[in-house]
Amino acid sequence: MERTTIDLWVGIFVTAGLIGLLVLALKVGNASSVSVSDGYAITAQFDNIGGLKVRAPVKSAGVVVGRVEGIGFDNQSLRAKVTMRIDKRYEFPKDSSVSILTSGLLGDQFIGIDGGSDAELLGDGDRVRLTQSAIVLEKVIGQFLYGKAAEGGARN
Amino acid sequence: MNSAMVRGLRLVGQLAVDGVWRMGAASRFMSIVLRRSATTFRRIHLLIDEVYFAGALSLIIIVVSGLFVGLVLGLQGYETLKRYGSAEAVGTLVALSLVRELGPVVSALLFASRAGSAITAEIGIMKSTEQLSAMEMMAVDPYSRVLAPMFWGGFISMPLLAAIFSAMGVFGGYLITVVVIGVDAGAFWSQMQSNVDFWDDIVNGVIKSIVFGGAVTAIAVFEGYDAPPTAEGVSHAVTRTVVTSALAVLALDFVLTAFMFTGV
Repeated sequence: MERTTIDLWVGIFVTAGLIGLLVLALKVGNASSVSVSDGYAITAQFDNIGGLKVRAPVKSAGVVVGRVEGIGFDNQSLRAKVTMRIDKRYEFPKDSSVSILTSGLLGDQFIGIDGGSDAELLGDGDRVRLTQSAIVLEKVIGQFLYGKAAEGGARN
Repeated sequence: MNSAMVRGLRLVGQLAVDGVWRMGAASRFMSIVLRRSATTFRRIHLLIDEVYFAGALSLIIIVVSGLFVGLVLGLQGYETLKRYGSAEAVGTLVALSLVRELGPVVSALLFASRAGSAITAEIGIMKSTEQLSAMEMMAVDPYSRVLAPMFWGGFISMPLLAAIFSAMGVFGGYLITVVVIGVDAGAFWSQMQSNVDFWDDIVNGVIKSIVFGGAVTAIAVFEGYDAPPTAEGVSHAVTRTVVTSALAVLALDFVLTAFMFTGV
């Protein structure tokens, strides 16, 4: 098949388009960030997960060690059940605790793991017992206001 | 007494019926084009010629406008965000607005006026100079020889053009904010990467550009084929292509955005 100049231009165009897509995926988007497809899943139950979303990062000491894989509701305990997939490079003791934190005042919510001191490590399917729910700002403000009101009542 | 009102009502009714009629004709036309497009992929040089015509020749306008849209977004975003002390978020602003909206929409509008109008004019003139009927006389199917390659050429080019537009826009935003103004490059890229999601933002943007590409080229090919075979008819058809595609792109954009970016 003989080659023509049009082929060259179409080649340049298609290559530029594909490079554009690649740049968007890798440089602009987060496709290059750690995908934790091969890791182990752990679950935890929370009273309140606030605004936690699927694919939110799981961090320990500020380092991303995994991602939230699923959020569900447990009918027995009436609590939220969060499944997290942790990169297999990272290991945590059995008595580690997880809490839902917020990055900055108005940032996205993520899960923080604080390592414990147990000799046994968390494995696939394990459940973390020690959990701390998301802080709901409205509740905190409400408690603060009630506290203030009660203080004022006691003084008068 | 009400003859003016009756005439007005009659006009509205006629316009509505005509619109539905044309819609039906367009659907039938597109189904024929799609059914006869197997030849397009067997004789790949037909398709390559059309990708060159619709895509490669639109490259300059897409690259230049993408760059300038990025420059303006970066400048405006920086001016606004620095008041709130979060100038680093300008990367996120530029990337999200380009990938989600401006990339697909603006490149579809440019594509409609650059390539769509050319497609309509070419088909309209082929028809008015009876080249299409001449092909039929020679037992060459104009649908599979001319119309289907034009449709698929535009359909393939559009997502690539939108991707180039967005990439150039992000580069323009980088140029103005990091290189010229001096926002920290690390914060620019890392904020962008942590806030732009591959599936939610980039893939949805690509889906949008594919839908827009199909809509614009379908309108362009149909208007060309449907044009009255006169000089005036072809010129009206070209105008209609640009106007209808622009409206279709903006309306489809609203519908797609409502589907993609609301809810969770």
